[in-house]
Amino acid sequence: MKETKGIWKIIGASSLGTLIEWYDFYLFGSLATVLASQFFPKTNPTAALLSTLATFAAGFIVLPFGALVFGRLGDLIGRKYTFLLTLILMGGSTFAIGLVPNYDTIGFAAPIIVLLLRLVQGLALGGEYGGAATYVAEHAPIHRRGYFTSWIQTTATLGLFVSLGVILITRHALDPDLTKSIAKFNDYGWRIPFIASIALVVISIYIRLKMKESPLFEKLKTAGTTSVNPLKESFGHKINLKMVLLALFGATMGQGVVWYTGQFYAQSFIENVCKVDFDQSRTILIWAILAATPFFVVFGSLSDRIGRKWIMLAGMLLAIISYRYLFNELLVLSDVGNKMELVYLKQIKKTHTPIAHTTDTLRTVTNKHFFDDGAMVVETIKDTAFSTVGKTTLKPDIKTYKILDTAAYWKMVFFVFIMILYVTMVYGPIAAFLVELFPTRIRYTSMSLPYHIGNGVFGGLTPFIATLLTTIYTSDKLVGLLYPIIIATVSLVIGALYIKNKIDPQID
Amino acid sequence: MNQLKRLAGIIWIVLGPLAIYYLVKTAAGEISKKPIIDTWVQWGVFVVVSIPIAIGMVIFGYYAWKGEYDHIEEELEELKH
Repeated sequence: MKETKGIWKIIGASSLGTLIEWYDFYLFGSLATVLASQFFPKTNPTAALLSTLATFAAGFIVLPFGALVFGRLGDLIGRKYTFLLTLILMGGSTFAIGLVPNYDTIGFAAPIIVLLLRLVQGLALGGEYGGAATYVAEHAPIHRRGYFTSWIQTTATLGLFVSLGVILITRHALDPDLTKSIAKFNDYGWRIPFIASIALVVISIYIRLKMKESPLFEKLKTAGTTSVNPLKESFGHKINLKMVLLALFGATMGQGVVWYTGQFYAQSFIENVCKVDFDQSRTILIWAILAATPFFVVFGSLSDRIGRKWIMLAGMLLAIISYRYLFNELLVLSDVGNKMELVYLKQIKKTHTPIAHTTDTLRTVTNKHFFDDGAMVVETIKDTAFSTVGKTTLKPDIKTYKILDTAAYWKMVFFVFIMILYVTMVYGPIAAFLVELFPTRIRYTSMSLPYHIGNGVFGGLTPFIATLLTTIYTSDKLVGLLYPIIIATVSLVIGALYIKNKIDPQID
Repeated sequence: MNQLKRLAGIIWIVLGPLAIYYLVKTAAGEISKKPIIDTWVQWGVFVVVSIPIAIGMVIFGYYAWKGEYDHIEEELEELKH
């Protein structure tokens, strides 16, 4: 009991800050479409290029770079001040994004400022995780390291949960009429989630300021044995480099793709391939996250008893063998082909909007199909109705979305829950695993880089490569899963062959 | 087991350049399909980031092939003390 005295305060303070950082980072990704219309108009090629840079550079280059910059700092000056700094940078840049005037108001300055702020966000997140995980692990009692660090592991998923929730609530709360509320959200309401985060950031900074330095780092500092050059020691010394490479290829690489497939690709698949409605596709994820999150702690705790290795590898194996089945079930559940349409309820609405300086009109036809189990399909066709007889639009713009019936909705929640359960298996014990792999003097640097390459690069590539594969091999809607399956298989084999299942009792 | 670890090392050595070959091939195909600066930036970032990772994979494979991961527990102890 004495051993764990004060640990909850440490976990609470570390987790709150890390959760806020994930929330801030996800906001930008979740609101990418709205932000693009505000700051990166597609009609302007330079602004569109800045948008591409914001997406790719922040995820793939800046995250690992942040891991190196702040990891080094954390091993040189200490964990406490480093992850305090990352929180200030993240909070400040998120708040600032909410205040930046849009492209119509200040022109090119707008996308440039937003791009820079997004890069600062990526840099800060790259430095945050390693610090928080190291800090908690260095306070945790020896035989419960997996359990206590798993609380930090819940923050990434909960950050996504909070960001989705705040976006949905704000989107619905700006006007009693939903259509007007969404229009207001797209106009100015999107700023609210960014600006509101500052309150939590300030509280978290206050709490972190009151925290003490990690006892293990303090011990090194007192003895004068902290690292002089953590980067050189981490990656220049063969013994440590071997561990960094093993951590990356045998654990974080596979963990990253399982994480991104379960939490991001699944949602994108439900929305874009299954064509499920915006709100439903997000609430499905919200319920699944809520049900699965406690399992981070369950598997973290279990790893203290049976070791970290086989829990992580079992998560990868289950994902590899069941992904195609699970995603196919999502497709089947959203298919209305076998359902009975209530034809007498079908609604057709046509509107014509005049097109300026011509006699043509923009024709919008909305067809609503209702089914016996409560499902609904809405199809919107937009084309130009030409005044010249015989002239027709070559390719009308057709958009379809489905509202699932209650049974299909909850079945989808269940299947996504299973995928997030795999995430909890691979991700729950990984902080303890990484912490035990490296010595205190270079731990922050050494564990941050493989973590962010595994998650930021291998995981972050999942939606892009999966989408790319579906555009090349159009006959198979599940072909995108090849990428996470191959990467997870390689990682599983490497992990099974080279990683030891031993729990290291001493990390100092 | 150690023999298997060493043999598998050869696979990891090959995997690095193979991944880069396919990545560059795909990047070239995608860029030629849509030769705008956005596509260049996107695939440029992928290739630039992937090269050091592929080199890392080759180094990992080389160490595995040379038996450097045969006594990992002892090495971990050595690393920490």
